[in-house]
Amino acid sequence: MNSAIFILTGTFLLAFYLGIRARKGQEMKLEEWAVGGRNFGPIIMFVLMAGEIFTTYVFLGGSGGAYRMGGPIIYIFNAFCYIVPFWILPPIWRYAKKHHVLTQSDFFSKKYDSKPLGLLVAMVGVVSMIPYIVLQLKGLKIIVSETSYGLISPNLAVFIGVVAVTIFVTLSGIHGSASTAILKDILLLVVILFLGIYLPYHYHGGIQPMFETLETAKPGFLLIPDEGYSISWYISTCLTIGLGQYMWPQVFGASLSSKNERMLRQNAAILPLYQIILVFIIFIGFTALLQIPNLQGADTDLALFKIVKATFDPWVVGVIGGAGILTALVPCSMLLLTASTILSKNIYKAVKPDTSDEQIGRLTRIFVPIVALVSLFFTFYGGNSIIALLIMAYSFVLQLFPPLFCSLWKKNPVTKTGAFAGIIAGVIMVAYVTLSSATMGTFFPKAPQFIKDLDIGIAAIVVNVVVMLAFSAITKTSVKVETEAEENVV
Amino acid sequence: MKVLIWILGLIPVAGAFIVVNRIEPYILGLPSIVFWATAWLIFTSVFLSITNILLDKQEGSK
Repeated sequence: MNSAIFILTGTFLLAFYLGIRARKGQEMKLEEWAVGGRNFGPIIMFVLMAGEIFTTYVFLGGSGGAYRMGGPIIYIFNAFCYIVPFWILPPIWRYAKKHHVLTQSDFFSKKYDSKPLGLLVAMVGVVSMIPYIVLQLKGLKIIVSETSYGLISPNLAVFIGVVAVTIFVTLSGIHGSASTAILKDILLLVVILFLGIYLPYHYHGGIQPMFETLETAKPGFLLIPDEGYSISWYISTCLTIGLGQYMWPQVFGASLSSKNERMLRQNAAILPLYQIILVFIIFIGFTALLQIPNLQGADTDLALFKIVKATFDPWVVGVIGGAGILTALVPCSMLLLTASTILSKNIYKAVKPDTSDEQIGRLTRIFVPIVALVSLFFTFYGGNSIIALLIMAYSFVLQLFPPLFCSLWKKNPVTKTGAFAGIIAGVIMVAYVTLSSATMGTFFPKAPQFIKDLDIGIAAIVVNVVVMLAFSAITKTSVKVETEAEENVV
Repeated sequence: MKVLIWILGLIPVAGAFIVVNRIEPYILGLPSIVFWATAWLIFTSVFLSITNILLDKQEGSK
């Protein structure tokens, strides 16, 4: 047994212990379990929210993306994602406070005065969260198999990881996530800064020489190309992520529990600075490309660990792997928590309204292992590379943006039928395209290149908006006719 | 004041979507394309913080 495995196991056990121990001294009612009784201090809130940035998607997908895509990878630290919440969260928060809204699904059903719409929003949320969980588990698989030097079976490791997370989420709820999140963020910050600076200096004598070597070896690789990952791909992907980011149920819900509007805007203003860490991640990917140039396809997600193993002793690999395990498990625990809360509170209760709060509390904990099992299934079954999966899930939640945005206007032009139809049209389009692995080019083979490169989320949102407005126009007139008819009868 | 708030709040959007698609010159060791994107993380933060303060003042004066 080498030192890497020893450190990996140690980190895992420590996280598990912290997760379980967090339960101590808490009375575990649903409110306490799901949202910490809404009294987390600002620092914990910031760590939980900033922790959203540091998932395996960033750790492996960011470095792997730099390795595979080159220059266009700069989309991962586009600041647009924080400009959107700066403007839209305060009005949402104000409305939520006035009407005692607790979840995203509640928000929609209240705004549009439609329980079925709330149910639909809840379902879109859960369906999108599953690929996000799968993504974390796939990352975990890679991390364990690489850093244990192939000695631990990756499937077994994912299985153990999921069981551990399920246990601590069921027992400690969000307190478990919060105490492991702090450990994770500190460890990851140190690891990424160290690797992002050390690797370019070690191999090329600096960051600029590293970039110069890359430019000589692969001229134009650092630029945004005319086709494929082109400018129109870049802009549409940034839009998808920026508009979709706060449509994630777990992110949306977290922002509702803020103390005031000012704190929300403050958070949105500080978070871009936090993203600078992602710049260091792409240095790792680029250095890996120069040192280990032959990774293909999904293997590009291994870039970070391949270079780390080629450079350092097993114990350092172990520490980095430990940080990696936490980046997979912590977001996973928060997603499991939110998904099962939505399943019981917003889906089960919508179907059976006479369920008592106590039953809901029990049910929520039963849903945790169920969601975990479903995600496990997809982890073993699916084969997509990490970034492709996440972009699909982002495209799903993005479909909630148009009806949300319109509902913030003084005179909402959208009716509940319109919102419903639009979301369904958008989601069907994303699902169809993903399952048939089509692109915009498949639909419009003769279209100009800039249309072919558009992100599918943006294409789906256009369909969504058109359907939404059309249905709203129809239902609006029919409502008018109905009221007139009623008046005539009276 | 209101116009100023809108301008300050929207400049970062332009910054986020403009891409400087070139390598030379290197600035602080980064190719222009990477430097521009990184610099806008800092500028966005500054612009939004100022906007936040102005919004606060505006709400206070109401």
